[in-house]
Amino acid sequence: MTEQLPIAKALNLAMRDAMAADDSVLLMGEDIGDLGGVFRVTDGLKAEFGTGRVLDTPLAEAGIIGTAIGLAMRGYRPVCEIQFDGFVYPGFDQIVSQLAKMTNRHRGRQAFPVVVRIPHGGHIGAVEHHQESPEGYFAHTSGLRVVAPSTANDAYWMMRQAIESNDPVIFMEPKAKYWAKGEVSTEGAQYALHESVVAKQGTDVTLIGHSAMVHVLMQAAAIAENEGVSCEVVDVRSLSPLDYEPLVESLRKTGRCVVAQEAPGHVSLGSEIAATLQERCFYSLEAPVMRVSGFDAPFPPAQLEAVYLPDADRVLDAVDRVMAY
Amino acid sequence: MTQTRLLDVDGSEIRNTDNERWWSVADDLTDEQHVEMLRSMVLTRAFDTEAGNLQRQGKLGLWVPSIGQEGGQAGVAFAMRDQDTLFPSYREHLMVHQRGVRFEQIVDIFRGATHGGWDPAETRGARLYSLVIGTQSLHATGYAMGVRFDGASGTGDPEADEAVVVCYGDGASSQGDASEALIFAASYEAPVLFMVQNNKWAISVPSSVQSRTSLAQRASGFGVSAASVDGNDALASYVVSRAMLDAARSENAPQYLELDTYRIGAHTTSDDPTKYRSSDELESWKRRDPIERMRGFLRARGIGDDVFSAIDTEAKDVAAEIRRHTLGASTPSSDEIFDFVYTDANASLEEQKLALARFEASFGGDE
Ligand SMILES: Cc1ncc(C[n+]2csc(CCOP(=O)(O)OP(=O)(O)O)c2C)c(N)n1
Ligand SMILES: [Mg+2]
Repeated sequence: MTEQLPIAKALNLAMRDAMAADDSVLLMGEDIGDLGGVFRVTDGLKAEFGTGRVLDTPLAEAGIIGTAIGLAMRGYRPVCEIQFDGFVYPGFDQIVSQLAKMTNRHRGRQAFPVVVRIPHGGHIGAVEHHQESPEGYFAHTSGLRVVAPSTANDAYWMMRQAIESNDPVIFMEPKAKYWAKGEVSTEGAQYALHESVVAKQGTDVTLIGHSAMVHVLMQAAAIAENEGVSCEVVDVRSLSPLDYEPLVESLRKTGRCVVAQEAPGHVSLGSEIAATLQERCFYSLEAPVMRVSGFDAPFPPAQLEAVYLPDADRVLDAVDRVMAY
Repeated sequence: MTQTRLLDVDGSEIRNTDNERWWSVADDLTDEQHVEMLRSMVLTRAFDTEAGNLQRQGKLGLWVPSIGQEGGQAGVAFAMRDQDTLFPSYREHLMVHQRGVRFEQIVDIFRGATHGGWDPAETRGARLYSLVIGTQSLHATGYAMGVRFDGASGTGDPEADEAVVVCYGDGASSQGDASEALIFAASYEAPVLFMVQNNKWAISVPSSVQSRTSLAQRASGFGVSAASVDGNDALASYVVSRAMLDAARSENAPQYLELDTYRIGAHTTSDDPTKYRSSDELESWKRRDPIERMRGFLRARGIGDDVFSAIDTEAKDVAAEIRRHTLGASTPSSDEIFDFVYTDANASLEEQKLALARFEASFGGDE
């Protein structure tokens, strides 16, 4: 079946299909039942599957992740919703010291198929703690898989694949794009969970990003095209493991590269990507790999978010700089 | 809250109106069972003492003694049924061993060979040790929620219904995870027993800093049934935890048991308890030793010295065996670093593993 769906509905459909296919899949989180979550991503699932499968949990993030670990030990496949990016930290220990290390501690004898869904990123004009991009912490943590879809079809399939994964998956959802529609085909997955994908072909500069940032890059690429600069956009759908092949291939072709992200740049995913690309593509580079990031400051009050978040203009400024070499 | 005790410090029976209902259970235990309990305590202490020696001789990186806490641990371990699951902290050597973990497997953690080392499927549900204080309370609660969701508890058949035991200490009781676990356990009616060994110290901090009420008293605020026992009285610990576990399994009612005990040894071999506690305090607790108490009880019941000396001989063998194991054990392969990070192959880790092999080979070693 193929239909136009917003990302939020694609995620909803993926969880629904996964729950219908496998009784061990459970949803856990704050307000995810009758309300359907504050973003309505789990809308209707409690009505369909009941309170035994959709758990409106106590308001305690460590409790949600910690009990999900115990449920996984028992054979369940919990999918946990964290209400907002900035509220994952009370559950941080249970994610990075427990969930991430459990398989290792068990020497691979037990799988921990837990998905932690985190709506992340800015552009929604919200109060403090509601617009952050904490994915770097999780990508830095061995034992976690970290993915971030940018399209509705990826939202559907990556959620299905994340739930099927036997390892814990941190699933970053582009909350600013929850209502952006795209074609979803439930016939079969186009890509494996951890593939990086060329979202738009080009020849002069490679633009790299993930999640909602991919939409900004596409916008920047369209503007650059009008000015005679051809941009290739690579969607890094998986932050850990990170599939470098399409990035390397693209950079060998273009020789120029801009990596963009909403998170602060210091010790960030963008830094890691830039470092790896210069190791692997040194002789192909015509210019240094440039990073465009949020500033190394707490996410500002909403009236300043447009200044803080990299937009197409800041990406294009970096494109100008790499083209000047 | 009254504390249940059946045996006095010398092992003589205390029978009164407060504990007569508990005696009615205890009186059904056979001497064979009593002797088994004593045996588990004596063997564990021998193991524990020898592991401490091995640490001092540089053969273990660290040791965590459980000396003085064997009574409550034996009581609860024997009260658990076959189908139950145990989430230990890191001091429950007797309990995990009773479920099927070999002493060697415990020592392997402390000689730095593994972070875990046993498979819960092979140890009658004894899960791995957990070092981040309090975290396992949530894992146990989640597991118990799963037991209930599976319909594996609450049928009313104690031979089949499952229950979960989670161990933590007075210090751990202050952790957010421990409170969240009580909340989840109560909300989801999870068949779990919180077994809290109040050994009076969290490293150097006395339990009065963790709580100004008894810990058991706290549980009622969470809507969890609670009780308190003399944790150096194996018999009392057995009867009370047996009843609580059966309530948990049959009624899906979480339970909280505070065991009043004392850590006779140092927190770990890195600790120096003389800096924070008095020798008077230590001596007074040594007089309440759980093993001597059980021995006194059994002697009064006419158990002969031959039984005790057979156990002591076995204990010497346990100590010798753990020494042999530790001195002869090998270093893990460096593959251990890479092989179990994910459940399947990870390209980046495979590359790193290869790079390490190439680096090591570059020294021209004998492959
Ligand atoms: C989260 C965390 N903080 C600190 C420590 C260091 N630490 C290890 S054991 C311990 C004391 C624990 O006391 P208690 O819970 O009473 O257990 P006991 O050691 O007495 O058995 C501390 C502070 C730790 N392991 N985890
Ligand atoms: Mg303590």
